[in-house]
Amino acid sequence: MKRYDLIVIGAGPAGLSAAIEGAKAGMRTVVFDENEKPGGQLFKQIHKFFGSKEHKAKIRGINIGTELLDEAEKAGVEVNLSSTVIGIYPEKCISVNKGDHIENYRAESIIVATGAAERMIPFKGWDLPGVLGAGAAQTMMNLHGVMPGKKVVMVGTGNVGLVVSFQLLQAGCSVEALIDAAPRVGGYGVHASKVARTGVPFLLSHTVVEAKGKDHVESVVIAQVDEKFRTIPGTEKEIEADTICIAVGLNPMSQLVRMTGCEMQDAGGLVPVCNEYGETSIPGIFAAGDVSGIEEASSAMIEGHIAGLAAAKYTGWIDENEFIEAVKIRTSSLDKLRQGMFAPQNKGKKIENTDEGIPVSKSLLEKGYMDDEEMERYPGVVKKAGVHPVIECSQNIPCDPCQEACPFGCIKVGERITDLPAVVEDSTCRNCGACVAACPGQAIFLVNEDAEEKMGTVSLPYEFLPRPEVGDKGVALDRSGRVICDAEVVKIQNVGSFDRTAVLTMKVPKEYTSSARFFKKEVY
Amino acid sequence: MRIEEHPILGEYKKGKKVKFSFDGKELEGFEGEPIAAALMASGVTTHRHTRKKGTPRGIFCAIGRCTDCVMVVDGEINVRTCITPLKEGMKVQTQYGLSADKEAEK
Repeated sequence: MKRYDLIVIGAGPAGLSAAIEGAKAGMRTVVFDENEKPGGQLFKQIHKFFGSKEHKAKIRGINIGTELLDEAEKAGVEVNLSSTVIGIYPEKCISVNKGDHIENYRAESIIVATGAAERMIPFKGWDLPGVLGAGAAQTMMNLHGVMPGKKVVMVGTGNVGLVVSFQLLQAGCSVEALIDAAPRVGGYGVHASKVARTGVPFLLSHTVVEAKGKDHVESVVIAQVDEKFRTIPGTEKEIEADTICIAVGLNPMSQLVRMTGCEMQDAGGLVPVCNEYGETSIPGIFAAGDVSGIEEASSAMIEGHIAGLAAAKYTGWIDENEFIEAVKIRTSSLDKLRQGMFAPQNKGKKIENTDEGIPVSKSLLEKGYMDDEEMERYPGVVKKAGVHPVIECSQNIPCDPCQEACPFGCIKVGERITDLPAVVEDSTCRNCGACVAACPGQAIFLVNEDAEEKMGTVSLPYEFLPRPEVGDKGVALDRSGRVICDAEVVKIQNVGSFDRTAVLTMKVPKEYTSSARFFKKEVY
Repeated sequence: MRIEEHPILGEYKKGKKVKFSFDGKELEGFEGEPIAAALMASGVTTHRHTRKKGTPRGIFCAIGRCTDCVMVVDGEINVRTCITPLKEGMKVQTQYGLSADKEAEK
């Protein structure tokens, strides 16, 4: 039996954060993870994160993962990989399968951060090769550099379904459709919009009926569902596709923590009952991250820090005052993330108005993009002389990198990071593109309605290959992905601080500056 | 198919190119990547056939949880190919039920 002060199970964002906190407090800390590499799912997250600066907003998940690993190493955290914890006991002992043998460990406290697994939905043919989890597709393309298929149908419009759809496009796959049995898009509107504007159709109130094919998916039969999620006969449609990605939510992997005999509850999957510091009903055993309730990686990291601090206090490595001071900062940071329309307390609620009292965009929820008529009611959408930002951000989500990105004070979110960004009235945009590249939702455009007598310009975020060049002629697409006019690339900005989000400026006829939102080189 | 260059990730860091066999055919992959990745890049998507109905199965979770992608690797059955690193000269076989022998299961 090997002894440590703190055992952490899971080397994802929550577990590593917890271990860092424990080690910093002076505890001999060990982390176990069944995978060959640490980081959990962070190294598959190639998009820029939401939140505020303190949450590492506008930094890509992969880079946050690297930072976290560095920090863990500096703090002296010991990480055991390819080590599956197969037993946990209330006496704070664990058994670890290390492949060819089993080792036993004991500590003063244990933090369980085992994360979550993808949920699945069964349908005829769901076991055919070519049907896979959205996370699996993400693993294949972002970790291993292999395309999971050529033509993909995504099932589920939560943030995972939306983000992975965009990543499939970045990997060079074609996304034939995004479908969801719910009547409304489940994830952030900005994530939906960046997929919709490339021309991917959103089919809400639709479900998969069958995956057809002999040895591999060859087509997908989908059908409309009624308000009770029953398929409506006669609405079946067959889509040619070789891949079906399932993104219908996550289940906390709480089997291990349950073995301690701690109290459990059903909260969108079975989770341990925890106090505000992540402590379960068994003193000294804590849970952090998705295992204690599904949220984002940003919240998981903060929960990890809090559990780490609580474990340090529990065993006397830090005193009450130190604990209160340190935890206060973390809690306030976590509270900021748990605000707005997508906050845990608003789950399943139909929201009619923003916090500002502006009606939410129906079109965004039903089709994945905002209608032209709905745009003007949001404080970020303005018409001004000269170049100016147009911020198509219409939902209260915890995110504010835009206001910090603008060095000229053109954008204001304010203290509450869920407030909608507004364009400051007397400000002057210098056309630097920083806000366009910084927005994790890719929802900011720089528009000049009268660049020339008959032509205007639109600058947009662009994260695809091949990268268009100045002088390239093509077409502009509107928010729905429909081709609306000819367009010519007049500028490409791709400085280091933009972190691989190029800012592409295209010239379009004046009347299209408020609707042209994507560029495609091919001419139809 | 391999992603040659990625707009965010650039070029993928890979191990050295190695040869391995799949059902007797010679294929190429990169050392250290999961066997499943090398197979997917070569267009192989059926990893096994189920014991009772003989229906095909392939990659499903890609993180070692679901065991749908198990194959016979160097003679050992039930190897999770999505988390087992590829090595030079590996012998990878489609798994039928619990063996590499298609006929034995019938």
